[in-house]
Amino acid sequence: MDRLLLVISTFCFLFGFAYTVHALRARVYRASRLNLIAILTGFLAQTAFLYLRGETLGRCPLTNRFEVLIFLSWSLVLFYLLIGPAYRLSLLGAFTSPLVFLFQSGALLLVADTTSKPRLAPNAWLELHAAISVVAYGAFALACVAGVMYLAQERQLKTHHIHSIFYHLPPIRDLAVANARLIIVGFALLTVGLGAGFKLGSVFTHSPLTAWSVVVWLLYGVLATLGGLRRISPRRVAWLSVAAFGAVLLTLGGLRFVTETGAL
Amino acid sequence: MEILCLGLSHHTAPVELREKFAIPDGEVGAVARQLSSAPGVSEAVVVSTCNRVEFYVAAEQAAAGLAGLREFVSARLAPPEGAAFFHHATGPSVRHLFRVVSGLESMMLGETEILGQVKKAYASATESGATAKHLNKLFQRAFNVAKDVRTNTNITRGAVSVGSAAVDLAERIFGKLAHCTVMILGAGETSELTAGALQARGVKSIFVANRSYDRAAALAQKMSGTAIHFDEWQRSFHDVDILIGSTAAPHHVLTAAQLAPIMHTRPARPLFCIDLAVPRDIDPAVNDLDGVYLYDIDSLQSIAEHSMNVRRQELTICEQMIERHAVEFGAWLAVDPLRARDQFSRIAPEGGKL
Repeated sequence: MDRLLLVISTFCFLFGFAYTVHALRARVYRASRLNLIAILTGFLAQTAFLYLRGETLGRCPLTNRFEVLIFLSWSLVLFYLLIGPAYRLSLLGAFTSPLVFLFQSGALLLVADTTSKPRLAPNAWLELHAAISVVAYGAFALACVAGVMYLAQERQLKTHHIHSIFYHLPPIRDLAVANARLIIVGFALLTVGLGAGFKLGSVFTHSPLTAWSVVVWLLYGVLATLGGLRRISPRRVAWLSVAAFGAVLLTLGGLRFVTETGAL
Repeated sequence: MEILCLGLSHHTAPVELREKFAIPDGEVGAVARQLSSAPGVSEAVVVSTCNRVEFYVAAEQAAAGLAGLREFVSARLAPPEGAAFFHHATGPSVRHLFRVVSGLESMMLGETEILGQVKKAYASATESGATAKHLNKLFQRAFNVAKDVRTNTNITRGAVSVGSAAVDLAERIFGKLAHCTVMILGAGETSELTAGALQARGVKSIFVANRSYDRAAALAQKMSGTAIHFDEWQRSFHDVDILIGSTAAPHHVLTAAQLAPIMHTRPARPLFCIDLAVPRDIDPAVNDLDGVYLYDIDSLQSIAEHSMNVRRQELTICEQMIERHAVEFGAWLAVDPLRARDQFSRIAPEGGKL
């Protein structure tokens, strides 16, 4: 049942993406409720999946890479739903849908959804650490999406090659503001997540992954400070937000879980 | 019931003739009311703009309706004779109106102002009691057609003049322009038009610098801006978001070397440079600086031409949409649907002439 919800959700995001591509290819795009409804339905299905999985496990559903990818996708859509209407960033959903589709279809097709008995008992600090960190990565993922959109828009403005997509991309100043704020929010959340992790003691502090996570935290810290204080150009912030999200993906790739087979 | 149209437009008549037939805004309702009482005519709407004067009527009989319409125009204005005047039977009249409201008959293809003008003309006619079932249905349908065409094609997409291209680009960079400061270097006609287009979008403030301070002051007063001495423009430059260069200087007024340190102090604040001068006022190398977007007159014109080409490419799709709506309207209008199909099908290009 829970896997079916995930398949439905993945198709919703595929639909949202396909609809936008079709509209842009036909050179007639307009912000459609259909697109938002698809994303909203996908989000509800994701939420239901995570809820059911959490009920089954009796803990936050972050016990394997499969679940982490779904949780990350959920966080990404959550931020989109929060920030999209606030900034009226048209096409943000169109750029978000393919990333979510990629994460979820990758999880469904390539990542084993093995459930094994957790080595560590449910623990408030552990759950807080894992959940908040992945939500922070969701904010970084959306910052990456906004960064890609910024770079696409900027390139068109610089080269004077105005494609029809130009008229649907948000103004670069709005994208720059959204990008910087998402990085700041993500950094604040990651700070809380890492702080909670340190409460776990040596099982956390002696992990090489923790060292890498601290590197990611520092990277975003520098980016949040320089971008937030407007000390570097939005173009550099956009490039760095894309590159830094690569580091996040490496972190997720290196994750070992709270199972019998891993330390953390 | 027949729908007839008689009129002249910028396609067929010079301005000297159009102005002879033009009807002031305040009178179109009364004229439509009088026309609807003419022999053979049941309902009427009069559209009068600077580019066209058109009379739409609903009549029981086409020949009698047209005769009554011609007689009315002759008595009220002047005889509608000669090649400058066109008249259409039901099918072509409906198609013509749909094309007019969609901007396909406009001087600037795809412009949207005409829709507002036709809406106003229809409202005046309705208020004066000149319309009833048939023209009400026709004009409401026409407004739906215009919406359909505008929403589902690119006929209104993009800027088709230098000024609107500049405004479009500014909005792609800054979003709303309410917080933007504009500086004009050189009080020329093109820079005034461009600044005027930006001002219409609500820019915060405008500085004008010109070699002749009096001209700067005159333009600044016209635009509710601030005149500055040309030698001092760089002092006010730090807060500028949009720079319009339009001086007669034979060399670059702003170079990359001058601008780089300024941009360094405001890395997160973009600068949009519009260079309308020939020779150019702004060194093309400034476009390589982070956060600086430079457009000269050629690149703006090229964007405008590209947009116009996009609009032209949309014509076929627009025509197909209009045809579909016209046939649907015909089906409603005719008692016998087969008659409607005959009446509205395009058998010959000139079909429909009375």
